[in-house]
Amino acid sequence: MQRFEIVVVGAGPAGIAAAVSAAESGAQVCVLDAGAAPGGQIWRGGAERHSRTAARWATRLRQGQQISVQQNTQVVAPLAAGELLVERPDGPQSIGYDRLILATGARELLLPFPGWTLPGVTGVGGLQALIKGGVPIKGRRVVVAGSGPLLLAVAAGLRRSGAEVRLIAEQSDWARLLAFGAQLPLDPARLLQALRLRATLGRTAYRAGCWVEQAHGAEQLEAVTLRHGAQRWREPCEQLACGFGLVPNSELAATLGCAINAGAVVVDYAQQTSVSGILAAGEVAGIAGVEAALAEGAIAGYIAAGRPAQAQPLLARRAAARRFARRLEHTFALRAELRQLASAQTIVCRCEDVHYAALAEHPSWRSAKIHTRCGMGPCQGRICGAATSVLFGWTPESIRPPVAPVALATLITTSSAHSINLEEHV
Amino acid sequence: MAKVNVVINGRPISVAAGSSVAAALALAGVTATRRSITGAARAPVCGIGVCYECRVTINGQAHRLSCQVACAEGMQVVTDAAL
Ligand SMILES: Cc1cc2nc3c(=O)[nH]c(=O)nc-3n(C[C@H](O)[C@H](O)[C@H](O)COP(=O)(O)OP(=O)(O)OC[C@H]3O[C@@H](n4cnc5c(N)ncnc54)[C@H](O)[C@@H]3O)c2cc1C
Repeated sequence: MQRFEIVVVGAGPAGIAAAVSAAESGAQVCVLDAGAAPGGQIWRGGAERHSRTAARWATRLRQGQQISVQQNTQVVAPLAAGELLVERPDGPQSIGYDRLILATGARELLLPFPGWTLPGVTGVGGLQALIKGGVPIKGRRVVVAGSGPLLLAVAAGLRRSGAEVRLIAEQSDWARLLAFGAQLPLDPARLLQALRLRATLGRTAYRAGCWVEQAHGAEQLEAVTLRHGAQRWREPCEQLACGFGLVPNSELAATLGCAINAGAVVVDYAQQTSVSGILAAGEVAGIAGVEAALAEGAIAGYIAAGRPAQAQPLLARRAAARRFARRLEHTFALRAELRQLASAQTIVCRCEDVHYAALAEHPSWRSAKIHTRCGMGPCQGRICGAATSVLFGWTPESIRPPVAPVALATLITTSSAHSINLEEHV
Repeated sequence: MAKVNVVINGRPISVAAGSSVAAALALAGVTATRRSITGAARAPVCGIGVCYECRVTINGQAHRLSCQVACAEGMQVVTDAAL
């Protein structure tokens, strides 16, 4: 087993800032990340290729004398106290830590509607990530739908990649968007960002108070039905990117015993979780964007390295970023109609093909899981758990390790520490 | 641009180095990665290795995530849909 003073899980902006701040304070640091290169979601494919800020952080990470960065490394379960089980392409391994910083980020909230399982329907950030991996999009007709600022950022990227963006359908209405927009000019950096987006998006249609009711096609997406007030129409397209914001990846934190509230890891002013020696930073501790992730990561790094004075100057930046995030959350709150889109036969749990009607009769996630196998497939409820919490108000409970499907060899390693039900997780 | 050669459902294709297996599938015109338990065609959704819809068999190893794995020279990829 390798052992480090500080282990950081996740190499997105929060994890990078945490590792760099801790190492520059003199600690021995190890970063474990499932991806192929540091950067997380926003700096996917290597931070150097993105903004100047991203490149600066990436350089500090690379040049860190006391940082061991381990990519393609998925943390699957806690072993004994102060020890994690990780899975790598070459097999399982255990990593020890004195202090742990969780920076596991977030995933998209995907909501079921008739046809959402058709090939051609993806998340919004999901489509962006697939394109960065080389999936061709040039000349394809795309509808971008759902909610939040990511719709605009991704639509602009799609345009640059040569896609034909037919429409951006934002479910929130103009009243909320304008109330939000009216405050933007106060912040020059964000105004500039907005202007750049406008320039790229040009005449791309943007409708607020508009959402996808249905996706059509036999084996592949052919069109979507859009709804805008009383109006309803069919829009032909090969691709639908539809996402309703983000949900924290708090499963690993939950298996470590950290308190969770509304899906996010609970942290104090110093980014410490309810478990002593475990900190959390970035979107795992609440959806607040890249600036909050960087500030929280740096604070967590300094605190874990025993340098609280260094964290002090970052508190104001964190507070500002979180205030902005709260306004975003209000602006893009989900409308009630979205909970009514699934029909009785719409599949909600994509892994086990459990449809809406089979779930609606259950009082809780636990009951649905036991009786229908909802959430028991390989995604382990990451997609349908978040969806059913919106649809039915359920809270997924009793997270059990491992937090990702693992190879049998890895599982045997964990089973010796915990008693795990093999059948359920293989 | 550097290329790598992979084989998808028995047919060779050459793609840009660094492409994901999901990208190679799309370039080869394979739109579905797997069949759901009731037989429906499925394809990549989340793009970040969370939803497991993109799983395929790579070099004989089942349940690999095509959106997360980069193409390597000579890689053999088989989708459910082809079975
Ligand atoms: C698909 C997607 C696309 C996005 N695109 C944009 C965008 O274009 N612009 C924008 O402003 N915001 C975007 N966001 C929002 C983005 O989440 C934040 O802006 C920012 O990246 C959050 O930083 P973070 O460090 O908290 O988490 P992330 O960037 O999500 O980083 C978390 C890292 O932890 C790793 N990880 C998670 N669990 C484990 C584990 N168990 N073991 C090992 N590693 C693990 C992940 O692989 C990831 O690399 C996107 C979000 C998603 C989900």
